[in-house]
Amino acid sequence: MPQTLFEKIWDSHVVVESDNSPSIIYIDRHLVHEVTSPQAFEELRLNKRRVRRPDLTIATMDHNVPTSDRSLPIVDQISEVQIKTLEKNCQDFGIQLFDIKSPYQGIVHVIGPQLGITLPGTTIVCGDSHTSTHGAFGALAFGIGTSEVEHVLATQTIRMEKPKPFEIKVVGKRKNPHAITAKDIILSIIRHIGTNGGTGTVIEYRGEAISDLTMEQRMTICNMSIEAGSRAGLVAPDEKTFDYLRGRKFTPKNYDDLVSQWQETLYTDSNASFAKIFTIDVSNIAPQVSWGTNPAMVCDVTESVPFPEEYAKGNEDQRKAAEKALQYMSLKAGTKMTEIEIDRVFIGSCTNSRIEDLIEASKVIKGKNVSSKVRAMVVPGSQMVKKQAEEMGLDKIFKDANFEWRESGCSMCLGMNPGILAPGERCASTSNRNFEGRQGTGGRTHLVSPVMAAAAAIKGHFVDVREMDLN
Amino acid sequence: MEPFRKIKSIVTPFDKVNVDTDQIVPKQFLKLIHKTGFGKFLFYNWRFDNNGNQIPSFILNDPKYKNSKILITRDNFGCGSSREHAVWALKDYGFFVIIAPSFADIFYSNCFKNGLLPIILDSKTVDSLFQTSSEIEVDLEAQKITTPTKTISFEIDGHRKQILLKGLDDIAMTLEYEDEISDYEKQATIPSLL
Repeated sequence: MPQTLFEKIWDSHVVVESDNSPSIIYIDRHLVHEVTSPQAFEELRLNKRRVRRPDLTIATMDHNVPTSDRSLPIVDQISEVQIKTLEKNCQDFGIQLFDIKSPYQGIVHVIGPQLGITLPGTTIVCGDSHTSTHGAFGALAFGIGTSEVEHVLATQTIRMEKPKPFEIKVVGKRKNPHAITAKDIILSIIRHIGTNGGTGTVIEYRGEAISDLTMEQRMTICNMSIEAGSRAGLVAPDEKTFDYLRGRKFTPKNYDDLVSQWQETLYTDSNASFAKIFTIDVSNIAPQVSWGTNPAMVCDVTESVPFPEEYAKGNEDQRKAAEKALQYMSLKAGTKMTEIEIDRVFIGSCTNSRIEDLIEASKVIKGKNVSSKVRAMVVPGSQMVKKQAEEMGLDKIFKDANFEWRESGCSMCLGMNPGILAPGERCASTSNRNFEGRQGTGGRTHLVSPVMAAAAAIKGHFVDVREMDLN
Repeated sequence: MEPFRKIKSIVTPFDKVNVDTDQIVPKQFLKLIHKTGFGKFLFYNWRFDNNGNQIPSFILNDPKYKNSKILITRDNFGCGSSREHAVWALKDYGFFVIIAPSFADIFYSNCFKNGLLPIILDSKTVDSLFQTSSEIEVDLEAQKITTPTKTISFEIDGHRKQILLKGLDDIAMTLEYEDEISDYEKQATIPSLL
């Protein structure tokens, strides 16, 4: 029977299948971080259980680490306890850890691919919903809760009902690929299918507009699958995928043999069927900006803040949600997006903190200055990204323009470390969630691409980045 | 985990769509390293003002619902972050059942690991329960909700039902398949990270 890529990966990882209960699925890679793991290790200890496969488990600290000077002690004592707890847990259970001093430290979804931990055809889990990022390499990767983290540590498997395959066809050619980015594609998709459009499914992104993308751009797309409700999103691997992973720290020694196997198996059969299909044409999409408090509340930068009735299209729940969102965001319906002034800019997060994101943003910044009303920061996704950027002189471009150049971590994407928004502050952010209080209690987040964030930093308000010279 | 008993209580009508886990437990409370005591952080930024005083208009602050064990809400409850802290907070606060037309996948799965029963009902039935001010009874064994005027059936996966009813340890159950897991490992080629 013809199968989708997702179904092939699923089938090859089934350990036990039964009709009326979730299947037991083998996990090839388990990524661990400081925030969602302490309770899992604590339970392992209480139940006298071991970690079954420390050799398939890897840890780093990213969520709550400060992104200021690493030579200084951590000021927040509760954060420090969590960081020390991860160190002790990794030591006790024999798990490799890239700690705050490691040159490999970084956001777990940035370092996974950079280190060659992420591989096509594998199953990858992490106690973080943005694990879907790794799907860009043709892996089945999804976020799990802490109890599931414990389950994977103890058994190297997970119990799960098989999701349904969802095809998202991305067709057409972007007119200005520097201005219309992967972020704009995925925000457009979520805007159309909604924050629960993918619930119960694994998305496969297909079509020429996906093949056109670089690996880092595909990661941006897969990363936000969860914002559409899909635990996982993936892209079939191709030469770009295989090239990206060649020669990295954990790339297997028999890599070329593996590539040959992957080429023969890791694709969706031509007549396979999907439970759901959505098609989007990117030929004419504009830069996207979110106006509300979930990632489907998005519009073109050329549009105005929508009226709740118009947005809700007759759905009373959505109308109420939009009204509440506008109130929280302190926005008036009908205001042009380009008239919205901002206080802060954040370039970073597992969505948009990779070297290509920083290169693209630096082109907008070069030779210009951040608006005097704006405080802007760049948080590279990993120490490796930071080093590479510094070797290219990008740090100088950002610093000369008055951007803060920080150490790597999740930082202001979720506001667990000291870098947060003050109440009422408005931020152009390259992150993935504009939920209430996400970047700081009372803070207001607008999701945008790195070039849109950079342009907003200079002008002090949103601008259509297509009007700027990006070449 | 405690076995799940019949629950009889009034429902807390929480009329919001797309409630994300950042609202259920805001990020500032994710730094703790134990599972207990999260109830006081539940919906923190909606429940309390900047000075830590209760906001009277927020539904959970209405004394009428103080001992409610059943939360009824709208589509896509628990979306966003995978943080299980959201479930720990709901459970610790005193909820045993959440009824909604749909739940986010990770949140739904997290509920069963902590003795919290998520029930999916169609929007119309949820609407009708929003109007119920008297006590209702949730019987997981029979998969039935009884209100003063009617009985509503609900669906649930058989395995998950047993986990809740018997308070089973998921990991112990999987470890019974040790042979199958070892056999899988023998035939699979999984590149090690050492």
